[in-house]
Amino acid sequence: MIVTRGPDRGPSSFPVPSKPMETSRFRDGVLAGLPLALAPLLFGAAFGVLAIDAEMGWAAAVLMSATTFAGSAQFAAAAILDTGGGALAAIVAAVLLNARYAPLSIAVASIFPGSVRRRLVESQLIVDESWALAGRSGRFEYGILAGVGVLFWLLWVGGTALGTVVGDLLDPNAIGLDAAFPALFLALLVPYLRTRRAVAAALTAAAITVVLIPVAPAGVPIVAASLACLWGLRR
Amino acid sequence: MNVAWVVVLAVGAATILLKAAGPVFLGRRTLPPRVLALVDVLAPAMLAALVVTQAVGGDEELVFDERVAGIAVAGVALALRAPLLVVMVAAATAAALLRLAL
Repeated sequence: MIVTRGPDRGPSSFPVPSKPMETSRFRDGVLAGLPLALAPLLFGAAFGVLAIDAEMGWAAAVLMSATTFAGSAQFAAAAILDTGGGALAAIVAAVLLNARYAPLSIAVASIFPGSVRRRLVESQLIVDESWALAGRSGRFEYGILAGVGVLFWLLWVGGTALGTVVGDLLDPNAIGLDAAFPALFLALLVPYLRTRRAVAAALTAAAITVVLIPVAPAGVPIVAASLACLWGLRR
Repeated sequence: MNVAWVVVLAVGAATILLKAAGPVFLGRRTLPPRVLALVDVLAPAMLAALVVTQAVGGDEELVFDERVAGIAVAGVALALRAPLLVVMVAAATAAALLRLAL
């Protein structure tokens, strides 16, 4: 959806959060992300190792972490290249996995301040964790999203670089990190379940995801779940 | 240009556009109430879908492994109104211990 913006839509016509407030929420975001910081570092290193295995080379691996900045898509792409699946298969799988960022970014569209160029750059800080933590207070907060996002980006790119050089730092699954993330999203989901509509949306989305995981390519179930909400609202 | 670079550039460009979809193309236009209502249910729906994919998602199959024990422990911790960090650590510890034991 491309929207042409009139010249009258200057930043002055919007309530822009005051600078100190924005900065302090950014710091809160970094602090909120710190307890999770091991994850992007270790998974980033694991991606670096896989990328070297797949003969992508360190520069392409680090550039991918800096631009794509999305774990599951990068792992899928590298794994497909590693097993000789070809460029097209890798691209399709990764883009499908990242298709969820369209609904996620639409949900937080209004919180990004500044010019189009600034929003283009800062929207890249949207990852599952920064997005989910930003909504923790019941409304999405830009400072939190940016704080978690910057911290995760630095650790993800740094972890990838380390992984390409020194190999696996520590198997993230050995310390149960793969179970910590569904727990995080569950904990962030619970406060939303105060209205019947929210409960219905969550249950429908969960059911659609369970049904589609075995039959649809990875990434499709989560997008289908969000589309079902859209359809549900029509009636 | 080798295959890896083609993949990195294509996936990077596509992801940048997907993440920019809301903030750049939608921006801060005031949305009609019907769309705002959609955003209200989008958050719980996406979080629920993320819980499911992260807890039992595999390579085009449902995988029930130590993560399930972790999410069950997380559920108990949440019922006891434990703080977020405690919930995550409890889930990770449960999964790690079970993995160690099996």
